[in-house]
Parts: sequence; structure tokens; C-alpha cells
Amino acid sequence: MREITIPISDETIRSLHVGEPVELSGVMITGRDAVHKWMSDTYIKKIRQPQADDLQVYEEIRKYLDRGVLYHCGPVVSGIDTKQYKFVAAGPTTSIREEPYQADVMKHFNIKGVIGKGGMGAKTLQGCVDTPGVYFHAIGGAASFLAQTVQNVLGVYKLEEFGVPEAMWVIEVKNFPVVVTMDANGQSKHALLDQSSGKVLDDLLSRPY
Amino acid sequence: MRDLTNEILELIRRTSSSLPKDVEDRLRASIEMEEPGSAARGALETILKNVELARANSTPICQDTGTPIFYVHYPEGTSTRKLREQIRAALAEATKRSYMRPNAVDAIYDKNSGNNLGGDDFPYIHFEEVDANQPLIVELMLKGGGCENVGAQYSLPDNKLGAGRDLAGVRKVVLDAVQKAQGKGCAPGILGVSIGGDRGSSYIKSKEVLFSNMGTRNEDPKIAELEERLTKEANEMGIGPMGFGGQTTVLDTKITGMHRLPASYFVSVSYMCWAYRRRKMTVKGEEVEYD
Repeated sequence: MREITIPISDETIRSLHVGEPVELSGVMITGRDAVHKWMSDTYIKKIRQPQADDLQVYEEIRKYLDRGVLYHCGPVVSGIDTKQYKFVAAGPTTSIREEPYQADVMKHFNIKGVIGKGGMGAKTLQGCVDTPGVYFHAIGGAASFLAQTVQNVLGVYKLEEFGVPEAMWVIEVKNFPVVVTMDANGQSKHALLDQSSGKVLDDLLSRPY
Repeated sequence: MRDLTNEILELIRRTSSSLPKDVEDRLRASIEMEEPGSAARGALETILKNVELARANSTPICQDTGTPIFYVHYPEGTSTRKLREQIRAALAEATKRSYMRPNAVDAIYDKNSGNNLGGDDFPYIHFEEVDANQPLIVELMLKGGGCENVGAQYSLPDNKLGAGRDLAGVRKVVLDAVQKAQGKGCAPGILGVSIGGDRGSSYIKSKEVLFSNMGTRNEDPKIAELEERLTKEANEMGIGPMGFGGQTTVLDTKITGMHRLPASYFVSVSYMCWAYRRRKMTVKGEEVEYD
């Protein structure tokens, strides 16, 4: 299996194609609904004034996200009281909820890979072409297995404000398995399957009961 | 009455970390349906590795430990108020022990309660009284948000799908729900379908039917036939595990009927992800059995 180390170059990203299984190693950062809304409102659309530690957090996460990977994940983490954090369960969450934000977030932070499940839509696919970047599909529900690829929890941002599932966890992973389902050449496995299954559905609907 | 907090905690641990055997068997069998080396087969293999790992380590199968749905069958004379307190205490403790993710978020103020307790409705607890000589049974289902989000409710007739108010119409809307879900509900899934009721009762019933074992068929042969047919036809769409393309999209379909108003004909589809977490504890005197 092809192994890729984060940060990732544009050249590597452009060489990835839909359907390709990949193992990722390096430092990535988690972010889901609250994070995307916060990034978009505060730094991209600028309809909200930065508050509290926003500016400091922004400066720090930028370094991780530049040529980096953003993981749609709301983990189960032990050691919250003692701050001896350990990832217990950490599979992907459904990505399509971030569709309104994802392309802009990728471009703003120069994110090379977004990991999630279920795939994303046309706007994000265009974002993959423009940035360039790819969408990596992880195995939904395989949370204990994927948590074992997390070697270290390097830190966490917005834990108090967003809560455990929604905080930005900085993690170091080794051999994190994914499949490329949207690539920088504009191909999407999800769009293809939506189309082919839609044709079968039409046929099924036309059959007599 | 005895304090069952620790026993309920054990029920939660088992439910979150140990997938029922009938589901695991079905997943194992479906591996053979997928091409060697395909992404679909790889997904199923990873899923099964994860199932074994979670069970061995008492860690959550899925990090989304879902909405805790309790169905309590209590003998006449038992205090449901005390049972509710014990369930809530057990859930808070299970969260502390990382069997459960803190999963209750105030929808208005966007604040996670941190312990899986939120207002009167989180967790969801349904009480049903049984005769005094019957055992106390607590059933628990954990239903994740990804699959909950792809659930659907149709009001028939649905002109776009050409679905009328009969079983032929039911078939059409259920297939439509599966196509729309794609891989987003963590396929392969299990479908709970309720026909009738009002919008609220219909959705609740579509989840209740998911407490039954895999392969349990409706007593009415024509409904049982529709269940089998829907599973088969859903798989013809080729969506596959995780929406990677493949043979295994739906593992089983369970349908139930309700009474409805003359004016209404609802069909509710609850999509259950492959992490079909449901467990039961039975209290017989001092003995507590888990299955």
C-alpha cells in the first residue's frame, strides 16, 4: 500500500487517484461542525469578530494545516481530567455537513487532505481541484481500530468552548488507512455511485410490484 | 428495590464495545460477496478487525456512541423514578470511563453537558409495565448520528416517486431512502421501517422494530416477503460498504405497521449503521443475565 507522509506536496496530491488505498503518517488536526463554522465566520467571511483566544489559536493551527490534513472526527478521549490525553475511539464523522465551508477552508489554510466519511459535493470537489487537495475516505465506525494508529496527542484547541467531540485535537498518526474517493483531477467516486445507483433505482421503481 | 446502577453500567459497556453476534456473523458472511482486493472488501475487513479490538479492549466500537435508547420492561410495583435515576447515574459513569463519548449538546446554547445527560429527554427512556412475577428487562440501543441523519419520512402519496398508499408505494419510498443515503449512514445498514402512525409515533416505531434479532421476519407473510425483497433490491443498487461500490449495502430490513388517520399515510425509515449496537439485561432476583 502506498504510504504518504504529512505535510504533503502538491506533486504527491496530483498523483493520487480515486479508488487508491493510502496509509497516512504524520501530524494532523481534527475539526468538524463547530470548527468549520468558527473558521468560516471568523477568518473567511469575517462576519464575526475574533474573541478570547481566537487569534492565538488561528496562528497555531495555521502551521499544522498548511500542506496538512484535516480530519472530520469527534473522538472519545480519556484523561480529560488529568490532561494525559489518549485517543480511545476515533473514526470519521459524516463529512457532507461541512460542504458549505470545506472548499473555502481548504483554500484559506492550504489543506492538502480532508479525511471523513460519506464523501462531499460539487463545491468541495472544485476545492480539491483548485487548492489542490484530495478527500480521503476512512472506514466509518472503525473507531477503536483507527484510534490505535494515533501515536500521540500533541495538544488540543477550543476544548472548553467546543467540548470533546468538537475540539481541535492535534494528533500524530502512523499508517492511518484511507481510500482516495475525490481527487485533485476532479474525479469523485461519490458522484459516480450516486449516478449509477440512481439509474438502478429508476429501473427498480418502474418494475411492477 | 436493589440498586442496579453497576449492572446498568455493565450493560452500557457491553453495548458500546461488543457488537451482537448475529450482526457480526452477517458482516463476516458478506465479506465473501465482495471482490478480493476491492475497497468494499477492505472496508468490511477493517470493520471486523475493529469489532474484535473494541470487544477485547472494552473501547467503543464507534466514537459516536449515539443516542442512548433504553426500553425498560419493569414488573408492577417497581419505581420507575428510581430506575431512571440509576440509568442516568450509570450513563454519567460510563462517560467518565470512556465507554461513551459526551454526546448531549444543548441545541439552543451549543453547550455539551459533558456527561451524556441533558434535560428530561437525553437519554431516551421508555418504560413498559409487565406483571409482578416477570423479570425486569432493560434493553439498550446506541444509534449514531450519521445513520440517524439519513433516516427519512415520507407522506404518501408521493407523486415524484409514483408511490401510492399501499405496499407497492412503501417499497418505492424505502428504496429511494437507501439511494439517497448512499454510504453516509455507514453502510452496510439495517432498515427499520414503520408504516402508519403520526409523524412522531411512526419514527419511534421504526426504531423499536430494530430491537429484534437479525433475520426476524414479520408474522404476516406478505410483509415478510417485502422485507426480503427490499434487502435484495437495495443491494442491487451497488452502493456497497461505506459507499465504495459493492454488493453489500443493506444487511436486513424490518417492517412494522401501525394504525393511522384516514388522512395520513406515513412511511418512516430508520437507517441503522453496521455498528448495530443493541444489548439486553434481564434481572431475575439476584441474578443478572446479559445477552
